[in-house]
Amino acid sequence: MSTNTIVSLPDQSTARIPKTNFITKENGLLSWLLTGDHKRIAILYLISITFFFFIGGALAGLIRLELLTPQSDLMATDTYNKVFTMHGVVMIFLFLVPSVPATLGNFLIPIMLGAKDLALPKINLLSWYLYVVGGILVLYTMISGGVDTGWTFTTPLSTHYVNTNVMSTGLAVFIAGFSSIFTGLNFIVTIHKMRCPGMTWFRMPLFVWAHYAASILMVLGTPVLAIAIVLVALERTVGIGVFDPTKGGDPLLFQHLFWFYSHPAVYIMILPGMGVISEVISTFSRKRVFGYTAVAFSSVAIAVFGFFVWAHHMFIMGISNYAMLVFSLLTMLVAVPSAIKIFNWTFTLYKGSITFETPMLYAFGFMGLFTIGGLTGVFLGTSGTDIHLTETYFIVAHFHFVMVGGMLMAFLAGIHFWWPKITGRMYPEKISQLAAVVTFIGFNFTFFPQFILGTLGMPRRYAAYPPEFQVLNVFSTAGATILGVGYLLPVLYLTWSLKYGEIAGNNPWQATGLEWQIQSPPLTENFTTIPIMDHEAYDYEWLENQTLTNQNLENQKAKEVASVG
Amino acid sequence: MSDSTATVNGAPEAHGIPHGHEEHPAYLRHHFASVEQQADTTNFAMWLFLLTEIMFFGGLFTAYLIYRNWYYPAFVAASHQLNIFWGTANTGVLISSSFTMAMGVWCAETRRKSGLVLCLVLTFVLGLVFLGIKTIEYSEKVEKHHVPGFHYSVQAFTNPASDPETYKEYKDKPMPLDMARHTELYFFLYFAMTGMHALHMIIGIAILGFMIFRARAGAYTTGHVTFVENFGLYWHFVDIVWIFLFPLLYLISRHQ
Repeated sequence: MSTNTIVSLPDQSTARIPKTNFITKENGLLSWLLTGDHKRIAILYLISITFFFFIGGALAGLIRLELLTPQSDLMATDTYNKVFTMHGVVMIFLFLVPSVPATLGNFLIPIMLGAKDLALPKINLLSWYLYVVGGILVLYTMISGGVDTGWTFTTPLSTHYVNTNVMSTGLAVFIAGFSSIFTGLNFIVTIHKMRCPGMTWFRMPLFVWAHYAASILMVLGTPVLAIAIVLVALERTVGIGVFDPTKGGDPLLFQHLFWFYSHPAVYIMILPGMGVISEVISTFSRKRVFGYTAVAFSSVAIAVFGFFVWAHHMFIMGISNYAMLVFSLLTMLVAVPSAIKIFNWTFTLYKGSITFETPMLYAFGFMGLFTIGGLTGVFLGTSGTDIHLTETYFIVAHFHFVMVGGMLMAFLAGIHFWWPKITGRMYPEKISQLAAVVTFIGFNFTFFPQFILGTLGMPRRYAAYPPEFQVLNVFSTAGATILGVGYLLPVLYLTWSLKYGEIAGNNPWQATGLEWQIQSPPLTENFTTIPIMDHEAYDYEWLENQTLTNQNLENQKAKEVASVG
Repeated sequence: MSDSTATVNGAPEAHGIPHGHEEHPAYLRHHFASVEQQADTTNFAMWLFLLTEIMFFGGLFTAYLIYRNWYYPAFVAASHQLNIFWGTANTGVLISSSFTMAMGVWCAETRRKSGLVLCLVLTFVLGLVFLGIKTIEYSEKVEKHHVPGFHYSVQAFTNPASDPETYKEYKDKPMPLDMARHTELYFFLYFAMTGMHALHMIIGIAILGFMIFRARAGAYTTGHVTFVENFGLYWHFVDIVWIFLFPLLYLISRHQ
């Protein structure tokens, strides 16, 4: 293509949003609150998740403001503990875990598989209600004084030494956990049983593969977190001693149970994002994802390996040297499937017809930042360097590179990429490209200095720090301000586009996925007739030929019309 | 618009499954192509749910294994305090209830309404009997001050002769205090595991009550047995948890 964009929109003067679609089908609040439609539930999730993202973001803002100066002057140190704890709880359990799966996954998986809905629509709605109950409990915790254990609920701190709202936070996480279990369960069942004729496992989009892997983690990991929280609650209320060394219990057991979920949980958070990136890279390179099978299996490999690395969070907690050796080695193994993904995306770009629409910019951001985040993870997986770096800002930077630089970029890439499908309207391209760049710059300013701070020895989770760290902290806070602007912009222009955006038509990106072959926004039942999948995923070469012939036909028609006129 | 990228061929009767030729039964949800697909799907979902349940109980079993290894003498002595008669009786009750449940599923499949109702009622009653016996056992623990956390007493272990009934049978030697205190962990695990199991029983019995009403109205004897089948899976799962709990808590190393 000669132009620098692949966007093809219908003629704006005549184009209309289809009158019948899942948004207009029924009206009224109740039709939304009692819906079984996966697309409506996805939108309910999107709204609630955005709400909690901004709460978590505001708390992050407070943390950065406090760290602007070496003294603890904006808030008391106790308050600071509560603020970073609530930031962690909100961002992890109420934003990162459900972010892509519950919104984009919910919306797209049935469509990508050629199904009318997820297998269990009522369970899907129930999962949203559980999420909301969990969210309300977190808000209650915040209003009634907060909790200051850190999001990890470390025992015996959480069981014996704090008097804050551990119980309500624990209950919130427990309930939100079940919301996540139900989402994962629904996805696995749907992927197994609801594929349309011809949709073999290796014709599924990689987005679906990534969600399948993440769902396995949700289903197997989350119940273990649930029981760990139940035990913490019992320890606090009854004092049963299972984590209490004075009664013969072992606090390390809590760490094992907690990280058995919470390490796989970071893959629950990142895998769906990786699915988004596969779709975006392929579409904007006009190429089939290089090594489709390898990328598909690498998702599953991450899920499997992910269950055998949890003790790398416990290197300084007194586990045995042999355990450290084994878990260090196993942690290195996870780097392999992650690298397979990055390499394959890079090879997909090679000789592709690359264009730079907003989702692609975010995807590039993801690839760079996730690579840095992943490689610094190797530092932390190596037991020797971990002992030096853990509990410093290095780990904060590492985690945020993967989660904010990786997952949040992927989330935004996905939201922009499928926005035309979800709403039927385009987002404004120029300003959103600007927002993507602002986010990238702000992100690096915020979190790169933290790597340096960490190696210099600045500990995490303190409101005050030695004055020599101030310059880098000021950089970080300034960056966070830019980052905040970068996140605010999409909310503004995406809301604007709901009314004023250009009509997108069915397939603005000329992409191959099943979701692009139906109207935007889709019908409630997605497909008027169940489709038959008769080709591989991402078949762009074939599509290119089709498009060319069709364009020729259209040109011919236009000429005929002109000559008749 | 979409024709330029038409990769989807509309084919109304292309499910490979008979569809549209006969009237849909009322219980077929709109998004499934066939009754078989619906039954398959919900069955699969139930198995997955049971998998999450295994992981949930798995945390407690892990704790049990670790502490049992660490505090073996305390765990042996503490297990002597459990009432093996009631425990065995309860195992029998539960296995019988699994049998009546399985018969219930069979009755539903073969459309025997009264048989189904009878089986469900029997399962319901056996479930209640189990909980009743469990209550007797729990109250024994309260009497002996073996409820961890509230008013726990290690007297039965530091001075076994003070508990003549158990002493007569097992002749436990007095344990030093630091080991005797770890019996509290055993009793905590006993209460947590059997309590979590009992909670699952209570939920199951509540659902059974609902099912009995629906079964009397003939809801499960029209050929659509998925709900009964899936509930059966749940009930058997709860049984199997007990099948693991009974030897671990009552039987293992009892005579050492």
